[in-house]
Amino acid sequence: MNLWLILAINSITLGGLLFLLSAGFSLIFGLMRIPNLTHGSFFMLGAYLGVSFLHANFGFWLSAILGALSMAAIGGVIERLLLRRLAGQELAQVLVTLGLSFMIADFCLMVWGGDPIPIETPDNLAGSVPILSVVFPSYRLAVVAIAVVIAALLWLMIDRTRLGAMIRAGVDDPQMARMVGIRVSRLFSVIFCLGAGLAGFAGFMGGPILSVYPGLDGDMLPLALIVVILGGTGSLLGALVGSFVVGFLYNFGQAVFPELAYVILFLPMLIVLVIRPQGLFGRIAS
Amino acid sequence: MKRVALILALAALATVPLWITNSYYVNVTTQILISAIFALGLNVLVGYGGLVSLGHAGLFGFTCYACGWLINAGVGQLPSAIAAILLTVALAGVFAALSLRATGITFLMITLALGQIMWGIAYRWISVTGGDNGLSVSARPAPFGLSLEDPVPFYYATLIAFLVVVVAMYAFVHSPLGASLRATRDQPRRMTTLGYHVWMIRFLAFLVSGLVVAIAGLFFFYYNKFVSPYALSLTTSAETLLMVIAGGTGTLLGPIVGAALVVIVKYVVSAYVERWNMVLGAIFVAIVLFMPEGLVPGSTRLVRRAYGYLRARRSRAKPVAQGEGGP
Repeated sequence: MNLWLILAINSITLGGLLFLLSAGFSLIFGLMRIPNLTHGSFFMLGAYLGVSFLHANFGFWLSAILGALSMAAIGGVIERLLLRRLAGQELAQVLVTLGLSFMIADFCLMVWGGDPIPIETPDNLAGSVPILSVVFPSYRLAVVAIAVVIAALLWLMIDRTRLGAMIRAGVDDPQMARMVGIRVSRLFSVIFCLGAGLAGFAGFMGGPILSVYPGLDGDMLPLALIVVILGGTGSLLGALVGSFVVGFLYNFGQAVFPELAYVILFLPMLIVLVIRPQGLFGRIAS
Repeated sequence: MKRVALILALAALATVPLWITNSYYVNVTTQILISAIFALGLNVLVGYGGLVSLGHAGLFGFTCYACGWLINAGVGQLPSAIAAILLTVALAGVFAALSLRATGITFLMITLALGQIMWGIAYRWISVTGGDNGLSVSARPAPFGLSLEDPVPFYYATLIAFLVVVVAMYAFVHSPLGASLRATRDQPRRMTTLGYHVWMIRFLAFLVSGLVVAIAGLFFFYYNKFVSPYALSLTTSAETLLMVIAGGTGTLLGPIVGAALVVIVKYVVSAYVERWNMVLGAIFVAIVLFMPEGLVPGSTRLVRRAYGYLRARRSRAKPVAQGEGGP
């Protein structure tokens, strides 16, 4: 019984982290139709940048925010200089985003070295909370709470603001949105910066749990892809549901069927894709 | 002009051990040829079929594991090789049946999932695949009694396979099936209207692609006498896809050039430049910026432009006015 409870909480934590990572990817792919294969690198670079801020004595939360803002800036530069001229060219986008991920991964290796860097949990969350018969680290519960809060804020933005309406219009039909006068290019930049910033924030928040190491990008990117495909591109609800489904599959799969762990992870995605190509809550079919 | 270049290239390849004396670089050339065969196989789908796959390493590595497992189970070298190739083509059929339900990014995702499932099986089904420890065999095959253990004989064996694959690819591209495939890439709806079975054409192309990739996998396995789950990983699939895109899809020379580029940076440049990963990434970004159609078509474009410019200068005629200025 205890094992299932622990697995459940770990799953929810991973789900929260994955949501922060995948929400940006889902929006970028939904709106800009760009398979942003650099997203895992954004996660990793944001974590490394946060670590540097932390070591410069900026404090945990400020480092997280500064890391996110730096990633947003970097994402904006990448979008403006490289991705903007590649609209509609899927192969070129794959090449550029993969090339950038190589460069970012090597850059991180060069600057921060090859050893995994642990991030200490902030002092006020370092304790643990007893729930039912098990004791849980407070930090993990905090991560889930933050993910839920950010999910709510994102939902508010997308559902209740003018910007959100423009985003939804752009996801449904970019050409008609342009015809109606929406500055879709500017929206693209905003979304890309937002996605990169969220990924960087998620990277640092995941630090105390996953630590920061070379190869983090390669570990997280397939998970983000599964979440977005399972949940449906361009859909925040899909990213939320998908993240928790993947979190559960990952943790329970590894515990119950260690020999088939990755199969368990990818099989549902495969089944969903074959039956319903746009994902559970997706708005666009390819 | 083209024929001269072709003969020169063939001569250069055939005499590699004479002008590349260091056996390490002979091995690098062998690896270029193996990667080129892999890239050519992937290009059948990506370049000529318009279907981008990120799961082909699943087929590539599967051949290695199948061959290795059969050899270690006591089956002879030749039957193992043939069985491995046939099994890979069958697996390609399964991949195709699942992934051809969609095109575009969904196809990409399904093939990625299939590749990752194969990787996951190789990584975790330790009793059969050895997991992270991999699978190894003790010897390369010895066709007609000739040993292939040394770099030079193995290079020639790989070269023969490479040439056979290139000729076969040329025949495929210029065959009716190849033409239909390119047509389904460009105008799938029109092809359906004209009565062509688009799904079947793509399915057959997937099988052809699987066959070529299996050959690459076989030689890769013989080269290393070892296979690990890395051969099935997303990184391997992505690297090969990058070779195809960087070299130029839809051409025969493109994947070969792309393979040479990646392998040379990985194994030769890496000896001199520690940050070779960054160099490789920067090269890809530069290719996208300056030659988005790929190295081979882009270079052809530059050469043609230079030719035209030189010809115009030589005839002292005014260069044709370009761009705006017309009614």
